[in-house]
Amino acid sequence: MPKGRSLVAVLVVVMLAVTALPQLALARDKFTLAISIYAGWMPWYYAKDHGIIKKWAERYKIAIEVVEMDYIPSIEAYVAGKVDAGVMTNMEALDMPARSGVDSTVLIVGDYSNGNDALLVRGIADVQGLKGTEVSLVELSVSHYLLVRALEMHGLKESEVKVVNTSDSDIAPAFIANKSQKAVVTWNPMVMSIEQTPGVSKIFDSSKIPGEILDLLVVNTKVLNEDARFAEALVGAWYEVMSLMSQRGPEADKALTDMAKRSNASLNEYKAQLRTTAMFWTPEAASDYARGTEIKEKMDFVRNFCFKHGLLGENARSVDIVGISYPDGTIQGDSRNVKLRFDTRVMEKAKTGQLRQN
Amino acid sequence: MKHFFRTDAQPSVAARFLLSILLFVLLIASYLTGSYYRHLENPQDNVMPTVSQMLDGVKRSAFERDRNGDLRLWVDTFASACRFGMALGVIFLAIPLGVGMGLFPYVEALFYRFLVFFDKIPALSVLPILFIIFGLDELSKIALILIGVFPTVALEAHLRARAIPQEQLHKAHTLGASEHEIAYRIVLPQIFPKMLDTIRLNLKAAMLLLIAGESLAATVGLGYRIFVVRRYVAMDIIIPYVLWMTVLLFLTDWFIQWVIRTRYAWLDK
Repeated sequence: MPKGRSLVAVLVVVMLAVTALPQLALARDKFTLAISIYAGWMPWYYAKDHGIIKKWAERYKIAIEVVEMDYIPSIEAYVAGKVDAGVMTNMEALDMPARSGVDSTVLIVGDYSNGNDALLVRGIADVQGLKGTEVSLVELSVSHYLLVRALEMHGLKESEVKVVNTSDSDIAPAFIANKSQKAVVTWNPMVMSIEQTPGVSKIFDSSKIPGEILDLLVVNTKVLNEDARFAEALVGAWYEVMSLMSQRGPEADKALTDMAKRSNASLNEYKAQLRTTAMFWTPEAASDYARGTEIKEKMDFVRNFCFKHGLLGENARSVDIVGISYPDGTIQGDSRNVKLRFDTRVMEKAKTGQLRQN
Repeated sequence: MKHFFRTDAQPSVAARFLLSILLFVLLIASYLTGSYYRHLENPQDNVMPTVSQMLDGVKRSAFERDRNGDLRLWVDTFASACRFGMALGVIFLAIPLGVGMGLFPYVEALFYRFLVFFDKIPALSVLPILFIIFGLDELSKIALILIGVFPTVALEAHLRARAIPQEQLHKAHTLGASEHEIAYRIVLPQIFPKMLDTIRLNLKAAMLLLIAGESLAATVGLGYRIFVVRRYVAMDIIIPYVLWMTVLLFLTDWFIQWVIRTRYAWLDK
C-alpha cells in the first residue's frame, strides 16, 4: 500500500535523524557532576547545599548541575556520557569508564580508605582461618579487591574461599541476623554497624593496604580539554570545603554536622568514619601523592586485580590493555590506549592560589 | 486511512507479515544506529555493543570456560531453572488448596482472608526480611517467588472452584461421590487446564522475583550474572542474557499452551 510505505519511510527517516544527532560539540556552558553517598564524598553534598559549587561556577561563568545518585548508577551514567564528571574509586575508574574507552582524567585525589573497608568474621581467628569459608561481599567491587589482597598477604589463594555476591544494600542486616554467616567484607557505614554485633571481629581492613583504595573526582578528558573552567571550578569548590573541614572549631563542626545528616549518620558516627578515611586535606598533599612513586605501585596492584578478574574486558590479553598515565609522563600499560590520566595541573593551580577568587 | 481501521479488513499475507515485524525492525534499527554512532565517537564503547560484540559475548558465556572453569550460560540457566522449578512445584500445590477453599466452607474460612492479605504484600518489599530470616541461600529466593505468586494462584483456583454450579455437586452426591472425590475427580479436572493458563500468566512475575532474589545474594544464576557483570559494564553479556531469558520464558509459555491444547482439547476456550 503506497500510504503505508510512505508512512514507514517517514518514520524511519525521522528515527534515523533523531538517533543520528551526535553530541554536537557546541561551546558548552552547562556541565554535570554526579555524586553518591560515601564518607569521603560528603563534602560535595555540603558544597552543593551551601551554594559553594554555584559560587565557583559563577566565577567561571558556567553552570554546574550536581546530580545525586547511587554509586554504580552514577558511574554508569558517566560511562554513558550522561554526566561529565563523577566520584569513584581508582578501581572503578579503571574498570568502568577507562576500559570502556571513556578517556578520563583524575582531577582530585580526595582520600584513601584507611580502615573504611574491612573484613569481619564470626569465630575465625585470622585470615588464614578463612580457608574454605563462604565470604559475602559485593563481587568485583573494592571489597572483593580487599579480600584478595588480604588472602595474598597471608599466603592464600582466592580459590580457597568461596565468594558469595551480596548486594550492598542488604549485606549488613543479613550478616547481623544470620549467625551462620562466617565472613563478610564491606565498607562504612555498614562496617560500623556490623562491628557492634557481639561475636563479630575484624581481622583485616584497608589500613593494612593504605593508598590502594583511592577516592577520586574523575572528569571526562574530552570535556576537560575543550573547557578547563569546569575542572577549575570543581577543584576550587572542593578545596574550599576541605579547608573549612580541616580546621578545628565550631564552623568545622557545623559543616561536619551537615554532612553527617546528609549521610544519615550522627556527627560522632561521621567523625568516626572520617578517622578511617585518610583525607588529603590540602592540594599540596593530594598533588604530592599523585606525583609520587607510591601511587604507581598501588595502581599496579589494582590493575592486576582488574585484569585477573576480567574487569579490563574478558578478551583482554594482558594487564597493559588500558594505559594509565601519571603527572611525570610515565605510562603504565599501552601508551596507545591511555584512558586514565592522573593529572595534577588543576590541583597545582589550587595550591599556588591561581584559581579564580571572584 | 479509514481503510485500515475497518473491523472487516483483510490484510494480505504480505501486509500481515510486514506489519508484524515492523516494530521489531524499527527497534533493532534504532539500536544499531545508536550503537554505530556511539562507536564512531568511541570505538571501545561497550554501553551499546554491536551485534558482533554481543555474539562474542554469547560465545564467551556459552562456550568458553570462565576463571572458575564454568560455562557460565549453562551453569546460570541450570541454577535459575532449579530455583524456578522448585518454586513452580510448590505453586502447583496452590491449586488443590484453592479447590479445597472453594468447596469446603471451613477451609475457606481458615485460609481466605489470610491469602487475600498475603496476595497484596508487594513481594519485593519483603525481600530483605526474607533474607534475614531464611539466610542467603536457595530457601529465601524460592520463598520470595512463593510469596509473590502462590496466593494469586490459590485465590484464582478458589474462584474457579466456586464457579462450578452447585447442581453438579448435588448430582455427584446423589451418584454416591464422597466429599473428597468431588473435589479431586469432578472439580479439579475441570479447572486444571484453566489453572495452567493462570500459572502461565504468572510466569513473568515469578521470573521477576527470581531475578530480584538472585541479584541480592547468590553465587550463580541468570539474575546473579547480570548484576555482577554490571560492575564492569559488560552489556555484551547482559543484553544476550536478557534475550536468552525472554526466549526461555517464551518457550515455557508456549509449552504450557501446547499442553493445554493437546491434553485438554475438550476445553472450549
